[in-house]
Amino acid sequence: MATRFDEIMSRRGEIMRRALGMDYAQFEQSPIAFDYEGMMADHGYSLADIKAIQAAAGVGDTPLLELRNLTDLVRSVSAPGRGARIFVKDEAANLAGAFKDRRASMSIHVAKEKGYEGVIAATSGNYGAAVSSQAARYGLKCIICQETFDSRHIGQPEIVEKSRICEAYGAEVVQMTVGPELFFHMVELLDQTGYFAASLYSSFGVSGIETLGLEISQEMRERTGADPTAVIVTHAGGGNTTGTARGLKRAGATSTQIVSASVDLSGLHMASDRDFNRKSFTTGHTGFGVPFATWPDRADVPRNAARPLRYMDRYLTVTQGEVFYVTEALVKLEGLERGPAGNTAMTAAVSLAQELPQEATIVVQETEYTGAGKHHWAQLNFARQMGVEVRSGDPTENTPGKVIVIPERLEQVRAKDFDLDRMRKSYVRNALANAGAGYRPAPADVEFLAADTNGDVATVERMLEELKEA
Amino acid sequence: MPDTRTAQPGDWVEVECTLLEPADRSKNLPPDTAAQPLRMWVKGFLQTEAEIGQQAMVETITGRRVTGTLTDIDPGYFHTFGRPIPELAHVGRDLRERLAAYRAATPGAKGGA
Repeated sequence: MATRFDEIMSRRGEIMRRALGMDYAQFEQSPIAFDYEGMMADHGYSLADIKAIQAAAGVGDTPLLELRNLTDLVRSVSAPGRGARIFVKDEAANLAGAFKDRRASMSIHVAKEKGYEGVIAATSGNYGAAVSSQAARYGLKCIICQETFDSRHIGQPEIVEKSRICEAYGAEVVQMTVGPELFFHMVELLDQTGYFAASLYSSFGVSGIETLGLEISQEMRERTGADPTAVIVTHAGGGNTTGTARGLKRAGATSTQIVSASVDLSGLHMASDRDFNRKSFTTGHTGFGVPFATWPDRADVPRNAARPLRYMDRYLTVTQGEVFYVTEALVKLEGLERGPAGNTAMTAAVSLAQELPQEATIVVQETEYTGAGKHHWAQLNFARQMGVEVRSGDPTENTPGKVIVIPERLEQVRAKDFDLDRMRKSYVRNALANAGAGYRPAPADVEFLAADTNGDVATVERMLEELKEA
Repeated sequence: MPDTRTAQPGDWVEVECTLLEPADRSKNLPPDTAAQPLRMWVKGFLQTEAEIGQQAMVETITGRRVTGTLTDIDPGYFHTFGRPIPELAHVGRDLRERLAAYRAATPGAKGGA
């Protein structure tokens, strides 16, 4: 007998088509390739249109701050002549406190234009707050599906805070226990209500982040006379990297290096009831960062607009303890108290700045709001309650879910390079597996895979050969 | 003593229900999660008088009708910052000292924002 789960999932395509107000079939070219740029342009909004929509929505044009104290501190531990200038785009100044407002402002604008009565999003993060806030401004009903509790009904403090803020903005928050079937219930609710699917991964949402890249380029040219040497992005589902990089390119900042950064959560299972409350981070971590980069189309839309491998020049990981340490440093040295997950890229920047010359510039492209629950103290106190050891020491001994090691000195903050070629190969393997058994990639597929991995045709052909042999 | 276990129609309450029993869940779950039902909580205005632990229907803020077990009346939020973290207590002092020492020793290091 078909279960309720099977019944809903079998109608998923049809339900999502109505809920997204967009037919993705028009962009498909083969079992592997699709017209990515065609999909991104289909909504018809220019970057100037998006700026105007966001300005009306209280979103964008956030302050760009130079962190002179942090820069000098980094120089104090760097080799002579090293220690790039560090800047931060204070995205917490957006209406609901995060860069996610850029995404939500576009999703909600589209929902309103298309005449939907309400919106639904599945998110335990800042995107829920952003969607709820924008829905309130536009007078739309809003349901946020949230993975909140483990099976003992214990909630991660950061997510409980997210429940609170969404409800404060007038959203209905459906709180659930751990499991990927969150998406099943979201689809069920979309079917039941006829609301718009404010997916994190639609072209509307990801286009909304392009203004962030544009602002960074324009403001850095004004401030320093040049585009930044590197922009460093906290990376989870891939939208932040994709949108920011696209905006930088559209601004003409083609020489700027795009560096993504995540908290290393290796060893923890993202769908595990036990591990759920031992992550200490709800986003910006490798548990999303790696799977979404190596297979973007696992998302809740047929084709994901967030395709980070297209844009990433480098992928750095940092430990949980390093992020909490840098979060504390930022408060005390720069008077900037912000949420820890949003400081993931900041932590990697402390390490990256030591490699670069003093003339170089790094822009950390986000911060996020902080408060009860959503704070490094709250996270560390909760980790202890969950049986995770918290101690000072050498951060290389940090073990996700078991030990959080807080560095004792700044020079112990050392980001690690994640092997991008391994990620590219994993992506090609996934694309091939999803194309169906026996499918032979055509030349156009190889070109698509090269573009989608920021690589070249010869490399993709070699990977395909290796995969065939394996 | 006020009755804290019985809610009246129109009260803001929370109900719980099971969305999927373990047997009906996704086949792709780690064992600890697969052994548990998928549960859900939602808040709304109570439709008819009910006691904690009884079946109750609410109308959510978007107007949906949801039936489940009454789990809370006037549900609140109690997340906090908690106590300061001893392992972080020294960070601000140490880094400010270090910054001052670096600037004192480095010609051209300007300091201040």
